[in-house]
Amino acid sequence: MIKGSAAHVGIVIVSHSSKVAEGAADMVRQMVGDSVPLAWTGGNPDGGLGTDVAGILAAIDAAWSPAGVAILVDLGGAETNSEMAVELLDETRRRKVAICNAPIVEGAVIAATEAAGGSPLDVVKRTAEELSPL
Amino acid sequence: MDAARRKQLIMAVANTIISHADELTALDQAIGDGDHGVNMKRGFEAVLADADNLAAKPLPEMLKGLGTHLVMKVGGASGPLFGTLFLSLAKEIPADPTLDEVSRALGQAIEAVKARGKSAVGQKTMLDVLEPVRAELADADRHDLVARLERRAAAAARATAPMRAIRGRASYLGDRSIGHMDPGARSVWLIVAAICDALASPARHEEKA
Repeated sequence: MIKGSAAHVGIVIVSHSSKVAEGAADMVRQMVGDSVPLAWTGGNPDGGLGTDVAGILAAIDAAWSPAGVAILVDLGGAETNSEMAVELLDETRRRKVAICNAPIVEGAVIAATEAAGGSPLDVVKRTAEELSPL
Repeated sequence: MDAARRKQLIMAVANTIISHADELTALDQAIGDGDHGVNMKRGFEAVLADADNLAAKPLPEMLKGLGTHLVMKVGGASGPLFGTLFLSLAKEIPADPTLDEVSRALGQAIEAVKARGKSAVGQKTMLDVLEPVRAELADADRHDLVARLERRAAAAARATAPMRAIRGRASYLGDRSIGHMDPGARSVWLIVAAICDALASPARHEEKA
């Protein structure tokens, strides 16, 4: 949970596996550097494979930026639990969080690259999603 | 409904899910990722541990607390889905509801679950039991309602077996999802059956050991 510049969109990585989430975050740090706020979370509340709403909320908080936060997720429950977490945020924060429909590793690197360039949240999201098959 | 009755309902629902965790997991291993039973068990163990506190609250606050435990503890997609069911019921239901108010609140909650899961009736999900149960509740003929609800939930859950999954992990299987009961539908059936059994039995008060 290393903080980057507050002017840049933050990136949150949500995987079923903490190893995948941490590994994806390592790749972002190495390829993009430290200018973007970045946090990751993975695993269910017992530490097994799954996702955890409290963990997602903590990660959003850790990567928070006035420019907003882009969330990258892997499979099903990661998306549903991320949507649930976003809904639990207060109104002003909720409008500044976007869940990206993009592959988690590639999407995180591309989103962070875009964010490091100072792009706003909608551009970060769109750029990550251009990787998607649909 | 007093606190003892509310506690009886909470215990009945939580215990039935916990005791069927292996069966739910087996159903999910057939068509999903095999975590439904263990995830639901984790959520309802948190509910069980908080049963006295939850039962002391008025019905809407009790449902809100229950939904929050599921959202925070389940750890899979069923957390937000079942959590949303209880959280929206909490928002829509009065403290001492009539049957009409229960069926109306359930209708609103079903809409919230549809939105959360981006799903509809007929896609082999929990909705395929929730909607028939709501329809039965809304029937003006209230004769033998509890037994009818239980039968309707059972039939609706069984009817998910021949369906082809369109949402969730099971949808990856396409036609191979046909022939297995949906685990989320089974969970709703279990919850409805537990509520019906508890309502059909006389209110029990705290037993002293």
